[in-house]
Amino acid sequence: MKYLCLVYLEEQKLHAVPDRECMACGDGFRKSGLLIAAEALQPIDTATTVRVRNGKLSVTDGPFAETKEHLAGFYLIEARDLNDAIQVAAKIPPAREGSIEVRPIRELNPQ
Amino acid sequence: MTATDPVHETVNAVYFSDSRRVLATLIRLLGDFDAAEEALHDAFRAALEQWPRDGVPANPRAWLVSTGRFKAIDGMRRRARFDALDDVGDKADIAVVDPAAWADEESVEDDRLRLIFTCCHPAMSPDAQVALTLREVCGLTTEEIAQAFLTPAPTLAQRIVRAKAKIRDARIPYEVPARAELAERLDAVLRVIYLVFNEGYAASSGSLLTRHDLSAEAIRLERLLVALLPEPEAIGLLALMLLQDSRRAARTSPSGDVILLDDQDRSLWDRNQIAEGIKLVEQALSLRPALSERKRVERRFGPYTIQAAIAALHAEAPSAAATDWAEIVGLYDVLARADPSPVIELNRAVAVAMRDGPAAGLALVDAILEREDLLDYRLAHAARADLCRRLGKTADARASYERALALTRQAPERRFLERRLAELT
Repeated sequence: MKYLCLVYLEEQKLHAVPDRECMACGDGFRKSGLLIAAEALQPIDTATTVRVRNGKLSVTDGPFAETKEHLAGFYLIEARDLNDAIQVAAKIPPAREGSIEVRPIRELNPQ
Repeated sequence: MTATDPVHETVNAVYFSDSRRVLATLIRLLGDFDAAEEALHDAFRAALEQWPRDGVPANPRAWLVSTGRFKAIDGMRRRARFDALDDVGDKADIAVVDPAAWADEESVEDDRLRLIFTCCHPAMSPDAQVALTLREVCGLTTEEIAQAFLTPAPTLAQRIVRAKAKIRDARIPYEVPARAELAERLDAVLRVIYLVFNEGYAASSGSLLTRHDLSAEAIRLERLLVALLPEPEAIGLLALMLLQDSRRAARTSPSGDVILLDDQDRSLWDRNQIAEGIKLVEQALSLRPALSERKRVERRFGPYTIQAAIAALHAEAPSAAATDWAEIVGLYDVLARADPSPVIELNRAVAVAMRDGPAAGLALVDAILEREDLLDYRLAHAARADLCRRLGKTADARASYERALALTRQAPERRFLERRLAELT
């Protein structure tokens, strides 16, 4: 089963974990066959929000939620069950600075 | 068929004693809570039809599991034919095991533990954990749980539906946690059980009878947990609940007013519960925790066990004055190290007041309040008021009683504080 581990960090903690450590973590996951994809994100002020309402495109800057922690990256993993996924998420280095949201992937229904 | 029919009575008795065990095993075999519940009901319906005709089977529980599983798979196959899905048939076959194994005591008891740990999984909210545990492990109806928690039944039903959906969709596994995680996960289970107990024990509103049942249910559940997993902290919590519950009859007057520990008629305390509680405390204190040795080094005795030891000292004392307050203060010191919190500090301050006099206690309470830790905690102000009253500081006592009253919503406690306030002159 696939889980998306979303990494949330406060703005000033974006570089609290060295990139080297995150790369090593991703490599470790990949070698164990757990990792499907992982990326880090640019800071929140580079974000653009896109909506389509009544066929009309609207583009605004930044995020819409006033939260302290922002999405800083993600790991898409393969795990047996939630307990397994929690164990993997606990090994993601930013877990000790921010938080990791573990979300099960929903298979789209073609019908 | 009448209620006096012996076979009908047997079915009822088996339902009462074994339906939760059968459910726990069916969840494992079918991998789904809702399917298992349906199968459980189908199995008992079949028992009502077949047992009067064919006789009661030698092992009713194994019969029920086997029948429930068969009916569920049959239903899945029938639906699969409608939906033309091939994989459902495969899914139904995964659990083909020797029927004798279903009756095997060990695997059945493991299923009960699996069910408890799944219902108390930390990925669900505490509210959901409590509701699901009472529904699935204890077999209370949604209406009973709603009534006990003063929650509208539809809200509670929704909470349970969402929790089951989370177990399914996030794939929370049906398992007893691995040894490395067991200590932490057991803490979560104990927290749920103590929460249920306190809902019933602090019966402040709603139907008293129903809420008392919650305490009894928590004790029953804790007994089961101790039988399955005799960890020191689990034994400690059982002891704590028995010792607290032993004072039930003395805690309130016939008119429902609060009676403080000092003023309780100790002849009303349940001596059998006290004897069992004390025996369990001693057992918990003498056992070496098997779980996660490294983690338990710094907290050798868990907070429930220490609180149970404190409750045992109260239970053994013939009166408030003759209580071993020095020992109680010492235990609060241990507790404050194991599980530091301002509430424990407050309790320690009250014990110090009993040992060294109200002035010593007041100094400690004021120190806590000065740190602004318990400013909104009604019992901190009530304790301060009581200490001031005993020291003859009437104005201070009045201010603190009024502050406590402003923070208290429970009617019996309000009446108690109002009485104390009126007695100040």
